[in-house]
Amino acid sequence: MNVSLKTPVSREGARKLKAGDIVKITGIIYTARDAAHKRMLENREKGFPMEIKDCCIYFAGPSPTKPGDAVGSIGPTTSYRMDKYSPEMIKYGETIMIGKGKRSFEVIEAMKKYGCVYIGAIGGAGALLASHVLECETIAYEDLGAEAIHRLYVKDFPGIVVIDAEGNNLYETEPEKYRRN
Amino acid sequence: MKKVKFEAVAEAVAELCIKSNCVLNDDIKRCFDEYIKIEESEIAVNILNNLKINAEIAEEKMMPICQDTGMAVVFIETGREVYIEGGLLSDAVNEGIRKGYTEGYLRKSVVYDPVIERINTKDNTPAVIHYDIVKGDKLKITVAPKGFGSENMSRIYMLKPSDGREGVIDCVLKTIKEAGPNPCPPMIVGIGLGGNFEYSAYLAKKALLRPVGVNSDKKYLCEIEKEVLEKANKTGIGPQGLGGRTTILWAAAEDYPTHIAGMPVAVNISCHVTRHGEVIL
Repeated sequence: MNVSLKTPVSREGARKLKAGDIVKITGIIYTARDAAHKRMLENREKGFPMEIKDCCIYFAGPSPTKPGDAVGSIGPTTSYRMDKYSPEMIKYGETIMIGKGKRSFEVIEAMKKYGCVYIGAIGGAGALLASHVLECETIAYEDLGAEAIHRLYVKDFPGIVVIDAEGNNLYETEPEKYRRN
Repeated sequence: MKKVKFEAVAEAVAELCIKSNCVLNDDIKRCFDEYIKIEESEIAVNILNNLKINAEIAEEKMMPICQDTGMAVVFIETGREVYIEGGLLSDAVNEGIRKGYTEGYLRKSVVYDPVIERINTKDNTPAVIHYDIVKGDKLKITVAPKGFGSENMSRIYMLKPSDGREGVIDCVLKTIKEAGPNPCPPMIVGIGLGGNFEYSAYLAKKALLRPVGVNSDKKYLCEIEKEVLEKANKTGIGPQGLGGRTTILWAAAEDYPTHIAGMPVAVNISCHVTRHGEVIL
């Protein structure tokens, strides 16, 4: 199904999304990679650098922004490096994760328990995805360089729901259909 | 003795960094078109078309094809009659990396120590440099930035001689299947056979420099490449691991003599943004 998704998305809203849905995301999303996740969770008593409830986190570290552009190239990074941190992020209120690649059993269990979906963006399509980012502002951990947290305003940012809140997983179901050995 | 200026080397490296990161080579673009024709999955066709559009946007805007502009791998083939005027060759290469990654708005992804502090070097240096000293007075520089989404999925197997050709094919396919969606398939697979532990990895990396569509001159390597290509594309993994026929775009293998007791196999996984450019000074 084609879905226009407006952020922030509630846990109930996340549960309505199904694996295979083609989504176009509009609204605020935040970038964070492993170093930022580690720091956010180490400092969680002091509060998160963004509203964590119902937030959408994009696992990405853009290339530097050229003068006149909103952002540099910005495709997803490999998500398994966030597996250690995602269950806790989901517990605190994250409802959408955007990345690429497999997730652990623990992450998927947390997604099912709390209501969160995992959306795949096309890995290696950083220039195309950048064209859907209208604004980019660094809001925390500037010292981490490419790994800082950026607040993005995106319009019709394309993705596909790879794992839904029931645990349906396209990485398991789709390749099976085309396997020939 | 032929003199090459330090600055000329740095300038050439800087240009190669920018160009290779922003302009997708024609061999890979052609390959997308071929696979779009035979792909059975609708999602896969859509992804391949988007990868083509991505390459067009990147080239037009001179923007990185992928935000992971990699750790720079530089292959130097220096004629023994070449003399670098004004400094060390490795310093000139790193000066070029610094310049290219800064002026080209490329991402700086290198950290000083790999384990504890992991502080960014802020200019993407140092590069990983491989030297080869050859006859003559030419200096050939190849810059191949390599992202780590795919690098992390690479493996080395120290097989037994009795594992034979079948053992080689099995461990290459095992590496591809385990990588699954993680390295941004469609992948390009570099295979290094023989040498020793570290040299097999070097060979696998070097194999990735070969244009997509060109098989090895050696018959047995060519056959291994073809078998890997065929079998990998029957796994069903497909573009981005979302199913389809296009799991790998190409496999390239290089070999070297090895020890009587061993058969090293290195598998260097690369993505559809396999970048490299070269210049001869």
